Amino acid sequence: MLTRNNLLAGTAALVALALFGPAGAQTPIKIGELNSYKVFPAFLEPYKKGIELAVEEVNAAGGVLGRKIEVISRDDNGNPGDAVRVAEELLSREQVSFLIGTFPSNVGLAVADFAKQRKVLFIAAEPLTDKIVWDSGNAYTFRLRTSTYMQTAMLIPDAVKLKKKRWAIVYPNYEYGQSATAAFKKLLKEKQPDVEFVAEQAPPLGKIDAGAVAQALADAKPDAIFSSLFGADLAKFVREGQTRGLFKGVEVFNLLAGEPEYLDPLKEEAPEGWYVTGYPWSEIKTPEHTKFLTAYQTKFKDYPRLGSVVGYATVMSAVETIKKAGSLDQDKLIAAASGLKLMTPFGMVEYRSIDHQSTMGAYVGRIAVKDGKGYMKDWRFVDGKDALPSDAEVLKMRPKN
Amino acid sequence: MTFASIIIQLLNGLAAASSLFLVSAGLSLIFGVTRIVNFAHGSLYMLGLYGAYSLIEALGRTPFGFWSAVILAALAVGLVGIAIEVLVLRRIYRAPELFQLLATFAVVLVIKDIALFTWGAEDLVGPRAPGLSMAVEILGKRIPAYDLLLIAIGPVVLGVMWLLLTRTRWGALVRAATQDREMVGALGVDQAKLFTSVFFVGSVLAGLGGALQIPREPANLELDLAIIADAFVITVVGGLGSITGAFLAAVIIGVAKAFCIGIGTVTWFGFEISFSKLTLVVEFLIMAVVLVARPYGLLGKPQAVQRIAADPVPPLTAPSWKIALVWVVLLLGVPLVADRYITIMLTDIVCFALFAVSLHFIMGPAGMVSFGHAAYFGLGAYAGGLLLKRAGLPMEAALLLAPLCAGAFAVVYGWFCVRLSGVYLAMLTLAFAQISWSIVFQWDSFTGGSNGLFGIWPSAWLAGKTTYYYLALACCGTGIALLWRVLFSPFGAALRAGRDSPLRAEAIGIDLRGFQWAAFVLVGALAGLAGSVYAFSKGSISPSTISIGQSTDGLIMVLLGGVETLTGPVVGAAVYTWVRDAVARHTEFWRAVMGGIILLIVLLFPQGLVGGLKALFLRWKEARA
Repeated sequence: MLTRNNLLAGTAALVALALFGPAGAQTPIKIGELNSYKVFPAFLEPYKKGIELAVEEVNAAGGVLGRKIEVISRDDNGNPGDAVRVAEELLSREQVSFLIGTFPSNVGLAVADFAKQRKVLFIAAEPLTDKIVWDSGNAYTFRLRTSTYMQTAMLIPDAVKLKKKRWAIVYPNYEYGQSATAAFKKLLKEKQPDVEFVAEQAPPLGKIDAGAVAQALADAKPDAIFSSLFGADLAKFVREGQTRGLFKGVEVFNLLAGEPEYLDPLKEEAPEGWYVTGYPWSEIKTPEHTKFLTAYQTKFKDYPRLGSVVGYATVMSAVETIKKAGSLDQDKLIAAASGLKLMTPFGMVEYRSIDHQSTMGAYVGRIAVKDGKGYMKDWRFVDGKDALPSDAEVLKMRPKN
Repeated sequence: MTFASIIIQLLNGLAAASSLFLVSAGLSLIFGVTRIVNFAHGSLYMLGLYGAYSLIEALGRTPFGFWSAVILAALAVGLVGIAIEVLVLRRIYRAPELFQLLATFAVVLVIKDIALFTWGAEDLVGPRAPGLSMAVEILGKRIPAYDLLLIAIGPVVLGVMWLLLTRTRWGALVRAATQDREMVGALGVDQAKLFTSVFFVGSVLAGLGGALQIPREPANLELDLAIIADAFVITVVGGLGSITGAFLAAVIIGVAKAFCIGIGTVTWFGFEISFSKLTLVVEFLIMAVVLVARPYGLLGKPQAVQRIAADPVPPLTAPSWKIALVWVVLLLGVPLVADRYITIMLTDIVCFALFAVSLHFIMGPAGMVSFGHAAYFGLGAYAGGLLLKRAGLPMEAALLLAPLCAGAFAVVYGWFCVRLSGVYLAMLTLAFAQISWSIVFQWDSFTGGSNGLFGIWPSAWLAGKTTYYYLALACCGTGIALLWRVLFSPFGAALRAGRDSPLRAEAIGIDLRGFQWAAFVLVGALAGLAGSVYAFSKGSISPSTISIGQSTDGLIMVLLGGVETLTGPVVGAAVYTWVRDAVARHTEFWRAVMGGIILLIVLLFPQGLVGGLKALFLRWKEARA
């Protein structure tokens, strides 16, 4: 007979089961993710899909350490102050095991410093700044994405081969553009001491006066141009430059311009012959990429952008770190992430123990147009480890602790 | 630069000026008649681009398709403007001054998410203008034919506007309303209709400015905020309400930018100066110079005495000690019962509360609206960080000296600002804030440039989140108490006298300018304190603490809480920070939701939250009596 006592006992047993029984062991491992979703939606919407795909795959395969994983995402508003606050929220309220994500350099650096203060693992997904692993590197921060320096270094062999003397430079006026420009000048000068930098334009991010900039560059009569513009700035520069004949007989190098996020909007106006870093997603035939591509297209009925790969590989890095550490203890996680090797859609990468930079590579090629769409031709994959400075140089830059 | 490049850069500048002029002319018109600081004007421009893009895709890339799309897009944006006016703004014309700004800010948030939802995140590169896609050769250099057309469109629109304003009855009414809208109403003109029509014309101009940009600029979600600051600068530099002035200012700024780019990097006396980097701030430099030399802009006239449309500002009531004590005890008790994150959240709120109260002090009782209040917040934050990192001071000293540095900047900026009034004053504060921002943004070796400073954590004994919360509460609470105390001192009374009647205040011997200057320095220092407490709670600072966004947040907090109340800014800071955090966590389109919430508050409580609740309370008491 159902009495109140029976009912109470039964409930207590159920509660106990829920708390301590096998179901309790199944609570997912929480990973905290933060990014500037509303500030850079063109990159971060595909990125989020990459994350979703990775989580689904990991959980379908039984999760990690016998538990499923859950990625808890927050919008950091592109603002370091807000980023630190949501990072706190993820750690103290959501009780996440560690942090991943971020896009702009300043947010990445602020969260990296926060991770050091709170002594938690942080895997920076997208910030390209060299400082996050070098000048301002710390023991708790790891970075997935091929950095500004690495992508610039990947373009250098082609630039040197052309033996152009007069170079003009244009870059968005903030950390990423500044360090790309500094790296390019330094590396090219080393290989080609007689090079001359005849003009330098630094328009504010998102507010380029493309006509005036194109004209000023043309006035300097360069043989070649190095640009690190992207997004709307790039589109405006391409159109004005083409109309004004700036690119006639001039070789152009542009970081990131081969990424679908920035190449596809240009459609038939994609500038043919430019040397770029990017992601020729339809032509990569490695088994690891084909597997990723098929899964992505099946799930989302859309092709992946570079952001998708970054989001996917970030979650996979987090999962492999947990697997290797065998626990969620911060010290063990850090030890595991250091020197971690894993398979990504771009092949094997290793988080170097010397500076916590992953060796994720990038695709280098030239832009061509077919059927009213830009694509990368004559591309090759450059492994990240071949685009990094010597260990001695890295040690000199990175603070010791 | 050769002669040919000078000419070409001149043409580039004029082409860029054209769209800027259209947008600013619309803004100027709307402001002149309705006195609304319309943040959503940039969103209307953005909608013009998106609309033109979609319409061209639909109508075909022919000359007919292109030009009908441009015109239809402009008209459609005009209809959006009417909707904004009728559905939102018309309901709050009698709210306290500047309150409408809050509503237009909410509209910006909503439109941005609607655009994201409708057109997606990817940039949309529109087609070139059919028939005008080629370049024209001038002095051996190529310039797009479309740019030449744009150069012509500017003066044509100026001419049409001039005819409309001087030769039609509607124009006469607009001019009359710009001068004295109460009188226009008293003479039997239907103000609602006039305002709606002005909003329509202004919005059409914004939409046209956007639609005409489609061959030069991809439609993207950053356009709204990118153009709005420039549009305000041009409106103010030209002189409020002066369309010709706006044209002149647009040309000056457009050409100045083009020449900064054209000059590029030069070496003077061994120093390399990059004029191209100056494009970051050149419009604000021009505005600062113009306003210091001409307090009403290039072609503006001193504003006619505006009979206030709203009810007179009610006197402030001093907070009761008992209630304040209850709040202090409650706030002290929070960390004992709440989880760690609430403490962190409250630390943020406490900093913003002092920031908002200091802004309220200057814009409410002192009557000087500041659009650049983040300057002091950010400079205080940077001063704290720099004193710790560069001067090697202990953190406690850095924290307490930072307000003095922020105050020192306020001494300089304030000296210029108190010489102006109204929106001109507000825009000059913005100019100083932007100049500070650009210096911090560029000075890599000292301020860390665009990355900002990190590793600025409190000393070990303050590092605990609860301890730091108590420190923040002590610092900011003292600051707030001090500001409130000052408001009820003779000094505060003198400031309020100056706001309500400058003439009479001067007549009874108040050195108004001196008092206002002192007020500027006081709030600057206290905003600096808020900034420095904030910086040490985050461990890092970036230039965004000085940005327009931060200044806007301050305005939103004050207006949300109620500018005519004492505690409003504190409530506004708490509600805004908390709601944004909660909404951003739970919804994808959080900006639209946030905008919706603000709109709801705006429509329900036109006196702000505290003002509205107070009114409700009074009504309830009356009903009982």
